[in-house]
Amino acid sequence: MCTTCGCGQGDVTINGEVPHGHAHTHNHNHNHNHNHNHDHDHGAGGSRIVEIEQDILSANDHMAMHNRQDFARFGVLALNLVSSPGSGKTSLLVRTASELADKMPIHVIEGDQQTSLDAERIRQTGVAAVQVNTGKGCHLDADMISRAIQNMQLEKSGVLFIENVGNLVCPAAFDLGEAARVVILSVTEGEDKPLKYPDMFLSAKLMIINKCDLLAYVPFDVEKCVEYARRINPQIEVLQVSALNGDGLGEWYEWIAAQSEMLQRDG
Amino acid sequence: MHELAITEGILRIMEDQARQQNFSKVKTVWLEIGELSHLNREAISFCFRAVIKGSIAEGAKLEIAHVPGKAWCEQCDRIVELSKLGDSCPICGGFELQIKDGQEMRICKLEVV
Repeated sequence: MCTTCGCGQGDVTINGEVPHGHAHTHNHNHNHNHNHNHDHDHGAGGSRIVEIEQDILSANDHMAMHNRQDFARFGVLALNLVSSPGSGKTSLLVRTASELADKMPIHVIEGDQQTSLDAERIRQTGVAAVQVNTGKGCHLDADMISRAIQNMQLEKSGVLFIENVGNLVCPAAFDLGEAARVVILSVTEGEDKPLKYPDMFLSAKLMIINKCDLLAYVPFDVEKCVEYARRINPQIEVLQVSALNGDGLGEWYEWIAAQSEMLQRDG
Repeated sequence: MHELAITEGILRIMEDQARQQNFSKVKTVWLEIGELSHLNREAISFCFRAVIKGSIAEGAKLEIAHVPGKAWCEQCDRIVELSKLGDSCPICGGFELQIKDGQEMRICKLEVV
């Protein structure tokens, strides 16, 4: 694209100075009574083209691959929990951690911009939790997870829940090395969230609809929500739960157990 | 604003390349960004200008090539165009689509001195 006027002309061919190498039927309307302060040395000291062809997220993806290898070595099922703020992610996790802790080793990484409040809530259940504060950052990345697991004693055949920063946009781009991404949506939000924030739903294996105990009081259309999510991701699995009264949690625990078995079986 | 973190990643790639390929200044950066990727082109351009200040790419020009979205439609049994996630197949109207193209977020080449 021509960055001067924004007209789309595809790839620009370069040799030395960047040419404005496409025909224009319009003017850019700028005069040349000033210098551009660049030299026009096309000789040995001139510019050259370096081919890179590298994914912009390759550094994160590489680190995520190492995390995935670490999890595989321990047979630990890593789940990346993502949602908007206030979906009840931490409440679901607190209840899940306390109810599964006697069945399998549970590990938790909590991601928030600030405070260790969530990790403290998890620790009160007797489960060890590492808090990652991202400061101004809006998402967890694979390097943060790599550093967090150095502070943990991963136990064989356990589950690692990674609670991402509450944000339905940015965490979508960053692979943490998880086995599966779980997106949580509550019935106090709009059922059209999958259409509004499609990146997150595209990459999730499971969508949990939480706060289903409130369905009688809010105009949330579950069927529509599922339809919207499957427009984005036809394979997405769906569970309806209430972290408050426990409805649907049995199926959530079965889902976790099935994922863990799959991981042990397939490596 | 994950574009900021991603743009910082672009700068790191350029700095690594500068060491490996022995250059000291970047004059132009070519990116390929897919229509169905996580990135907003305007946000990338905005963050790029902020991130390159004081770096080897200070003042560098950013060229972003656009990669159109394409998906495999199960119903039609063929590749169709998909300009955004959540759109239906332009032929049959169905949603049984598997993305094939348009998720690129790639740094292609640099003009360096």
